Amino acid sequence: MKISEVISKLQLTAYTRMPGGEELINNVYVSDLLSDVMANAHEKGIWITLQTHINVVAVAAMKNIPAVIIVNGRKPDDDTLKKATDEGVAILGTDMHAFEAAGILYNMLNG
Amino acid sequence: MKLKKIIEILDAVVLDETRDIDMEINWACATDLMSEVLYYSQKDSILLTGLAKSQAVRTAEIADISVVAFTRGKEPDAETIELAKKKNIVILITPMSLYLASGKLYAEGLECSPVTKD
Amino acid sequence: MKKEGFFNIVGGDFSRSGEASTQLKQILHSMGINNDTIRRASISTFEAEMNVIIYTPAGMLKYEIDDDIIKIIVQDMGPGIEDIDLAMKEGYSTAPDWVREMGWGAGMGLPNMKKNSDEFKIDSVPGEGTTVEMIIYPKKGRE
Repeated sequence: MKISEVISKLQLTAYTRMPGGEELINNVYVSDLLSDVMANAHEKGIWITLQTHINVVAVAAMKNIPAVIIVNGRKPDDDTLKKATDEGVAILGTDMHAFEAAGILYNMLNG
Repeated sequence: MKLKKIIEILDAVVLDETRDIDMEINWACATDLMSEVLYYSQKDSILLTGLAKSQAVRTAEIADISVVAFTRGKEPDAETIELAKKKNIVILITPMSLYLASGKLYAEGLECSPVTKD
Repeated sequence: MKKEGFFNIVGGDFSRSGEASTQLKQILHSMGINNDTIRRASISTFEAEMNVIIYTPAGMLKYEIDDDIIKIIVQDMGPGIEDIDLAMKEGYSTAPDWVREMGWGAGMGLPNMKKNSDEFKIDSVPGEGTTVEMIIYPKKGRE
């Protein structure tokens, strides 16, 4: 599944430019605890979270996570977007809750 | 959806086996941040969370949530288990990640807490 | 029937966090207040209690409950809030990472208190402390 397909299926807002839109992803991680993501998320996946602050980008970059979906209509902080652009991490957004976004992605990956 | 079915789907362990698992669960909420639960959740929900701490049980009690499922097989400490017992909250432990638990329940038709933002 | 009282809240004590709010919840139940009202009052109180625990050394929760009004005042001796408008914004937070790892600090506390109370007032003096006053008018009936 390409990140660009995820964006169109979930109708996500792209807060950053998408250099890696054609990149393939095959796993998803849902978490709002940075330590949990550091310890358990897989590389090359999509991370769904409510967190909007700059450390999200640092964790994503360290874990080789190309795209983060911020749920519940939260808006990323300005410094988060700046760092995301520098690090090449895509920041996406939706009004959906994490449960629903995860559910739709699950159906896409397993349907 | 019956809690019994949720337990099956999540391949979960119920911490207190004497609990009634026949109850009806209408909504699900998946998050690790407790204010989101307080802001968006409804009664008769299940809270899916990676935060296996007493905070999750306290939040469930305040928000009238009767079931909390801890993901990735995380076992809460004795104090959390005791609190859940006292407050009549069912604790499940599922080996699945928050993503997988949400995905499977969604695929089986459980719905998200409706947004009541005003 | 009227009831009033107070609870002391100790800052930093995560093991007992929520204790005051759950006790208040029981009092509301015992007075036969409507369930939806209890839920709203408990959520606002819990958020206020958590703010005292997370950000301040100590505080106090006072309540006055009557058939037609629930008044909750939470006063702390914390650092105070510099910019209240900013603090009221959903998602704005000054919480350090360790607080987020405990499941709090997502910037929804004050918005949540406002959402769940009928009247909400906040008064803060940097360096002295913050007082939050919440009023909830109970709905009629049990459910």
